[in-house]
Parts: sequence; structure tokens; C-alpha cells
Amino acid sequence: MKLSRSPWLIHYDCSSCNGCDIEVLAATMPRYDLERFGIINSGDPMHADILLTTGGCNSQNAPVLKQIYDQMPDPKVVVAVGTCACTGGIFKSCYNIQGGTDTVIPVDVYVTGCAARPQSIIDGVVQALAILDKKYEAYTEDPKEGI
Amino acid sequence: MMLSVMVGLGYILFAPLIGGLLEGMGRVLTARMQGRKGPSVLQPFWDLQKLLRKELVTVSRMQLIMIGSYTLFVILSGTLFFSGNDIMMCFFSLTTADMFLVVAASCTGSPFSTMGANRELIQMASYEPMLLLTGVGFYLADGTFRVSTIGTHEGLPAIVMLPGFFIGVVVILAIKLRKSPFDISTSHHAHQEMVKGTTTELSGPTLACYTIADWYEQVMLMGIVGIFFANNRWWSVVVALVCIVLVYFFEVLVDNTCARVKWQVMFKVAWGVTLVAAGTNLLLLQMIR
Repeated sequence: MKLSRSPWLIHYDCSSCNGCDIEVLAATMPRYDLERFGIINSGDPMHADILLTTGGCNSQNAPVLKQIYDQMPDPKVVVAVGTCACTGGIFKSCYNIQGGTDTVIPVDVYVTGCAARPQSIIDGVVQALAILDKKYEAYTEDPKEGI
Repeated sequence: MMLSVMVGLGYILFAPLIGGLLEGMGRVLTARMQGRKGPSVLQPFWDLQKLLRKELVTVSRMQLIMIGSYTLFVILSGTLFFSGNDIMMCFFSLTTADMFLVVAASCTGSPFSTMGANRELIQMASYEPMLLLTGVGFYLADGTFRVSTIGTHEGLPAIVMLPGFFIGVVVILAIKLRKSPFDISTSHHAHQEMVKGTTTELSGPTLACYTIADWYEQVMLMGIVGIFFANNRWWSVVVALVCIVLVYFFEVLVDNTCARVKWQVMFKVAWGVTLVAAGTNLLLLQMIR
């Protein structure tokens, strides 16, 4: 049985304008209903398999993001949602913005859009599930190297 | 005697299966009530297999021992119940199990976990009087604490003598099944101050262990609902099963319609119902005797 049949999310807002955050929440609502795939927005890194990030990283939230990522048990995947989380977006040249999520932690799937649409967020999460299964195979072969 | 052992063994073997299906049905029902399609009924089992295969992250070895003890004591109390032993013994064993959960949550440094442990204690203070009174009620109605005798007694089912106690049990079941209030110690809704309460620091196999214990507990609680309707007639078992389904449906409905109930309201309602419904019923029973 695949690990990806039960993906639990944690959503972290780095410094998003809240546009993508609202779209992430919209994906859990009746119109898109993420839970039909068994996806739960758990809000606890110790329970989560997928880390959804929105917004560009700055020097204040980068250590928080790193800590959340480190607290997640293996195997785990990261989905960067929205242009800011992918590259830094329109805030990229601001003095306090480091750039996208991948400047702090490794990202597996990039979902572009400003704001990212719920359909593309769900599509990104489903793509991340295939990566999660691959990571699990690598993890069972060697728990230390398989991340 | 043989039947008691068989039922007890049946509980140990099949309770996680029934508990998992019950939770799966609850999740589908919740989704339908909210106008969603919802996950498969088997989703809790897929969640469980995933948790068992995830990495074990823990900050304290004590937590593993405590969660293990919690699971063992929940299974013990359910087995005592379904093999027809003393109902008070089952309740005391269940309380001991909950104490292990509180210690498991408090032995980590996490503020959310500690807050969950405190909330769990408040919940225990809310439902424990009603739980113990239920045992007393069964004794006054049937003259025994033994579940085997209560469940197969002659005459009308216990609900006829104990309607107030039944109302009290239905109210505390919302807490025991972890359905309501929304800020309950294990918090099944994301994005609130509790995070995941007592289970915040549990990961992978430990969380799986906790989930299995939860399913065992749910089946035992449904058994308590069942003995209100059971007597020595074979069809009373069918009536009991139908009533269990109806009570579970009611608890899911409460979860979805009372989304803003906080722990303060839970405490007042649980004690209010215990005093008014169960208290009046107890007085009347004493007068009849």
C-alpha cells in the first residue's frame, strides 16, 4: 500500500500577502474538497508529510521554516505555492527578502501563480505525492540517505 | 464463562477494525454534513499504515513508555467490559489509561502538548462524575456491577429505569469520543491555539499506537451505550446496535453544529447535565427502591 494514500499537510506562511494562503484554505472547502484524497491540513509538523509554503523568505522567518522542516519525520516533501514562494516574486528585490523557499530548504514541487489557483495547488500536491512514494522507497533502503 | 472469554478475545482482535470503520464513517458523515464528498470509509486504515511506516521522532523515551501504557490500559478496560466484569473496574482502568496519556503529554517540553495535558485533566473533571454515576445507576437498576448480568438481565432494558443517566452519557460521549468542544485536548481542527494538544509531540508509530488505543476506547464507549438497551432477549442486541449507530450520528451532528463550543461551556454543560438529569434519576431510583 502506498504511503501517498494518506498525505497530511502543514501550511506555513513565510511572508505571503495572504492571497495564496486563502487559496490553500479554499482548496479544503466544499468546492475543491482536498479531503477526498485523504489529505488533512494537520497544522502539526510532527504529523505532516507535506510542507506547503507561501510567500518569500526573510531573515526572521527563515529559521522558523527550517525548524518546521526539521521537525517533520521522514519521508517528507515540500511544495512551494505561489510565485513568491518559488522565486521571491515581486518582493524579490526588497532589502529583507532572501528569495523563494528553496533558499532555506529543498523544494520538490513549484506551484506558480499570483495567487496560485486552488486547482494548481491540488495538482502540485498530487505531483508531490508521487515524489513522496519515491522518497519512501529510498528511505526504506537507507533511512539516513533517503531524504 | 466461555462466552465471556470469547467476547473478550473478540474485542481484542476486532475492536480496532470496528473502531477504524466507525471513525471512517464519522469522517464521511462529517464531510456530507459540510457539503463535501469526503474521504473513503477506509481512510483511517490508510492513515494508520502510513503512520506505522513513518520515521519515529521523539524527544523523550518516557513518552513512548507512557503511550504504550495508555494503550495497554485502554485495551484492558475494554476487555474487562466485554468479558462481563465489574463496570466500575472498567471505568477506573480507563481513568488510569487517561492519566498515562496526560503524563505522556506533559513529559515533553512542548507548550502545546502541556496545554493539551491540562485540557485533558479538565475534560476528565467534566466527564468523570457522570461516568462513575453511570456505574452506580446500573447497580441501583439491576442490583449488580457486573456487565455480564447488566447486559443479560430479565425484564425491561436499563434505559427504562435510567433515562437521565443515558442523557448524561450521551453528553459526555461528545467529550470522550473527542468530537466537541472544538478546542478539545487532541484538537481535530487545524489552526488554533492548541495545535494538536496531547498528540502534538507524537509522530509516526507512536501516533499510530495512540490511534489504535483511541479505536479500542471508542468501541468500549459504544458498548456502554449498548448495555442501556440490552436484556436477555436476542433482539435486544439488534436494538442496541441501532441505538449505537443513532448515538454516533448524534455525536457527529453535535461536532458539526456546535463548532464554537469552548471548554468552559463543555465543563458547565457536562456538570449541569450530570447534576440535573443523572441526579434527578438517581433520587427517583432511590425513592422507588
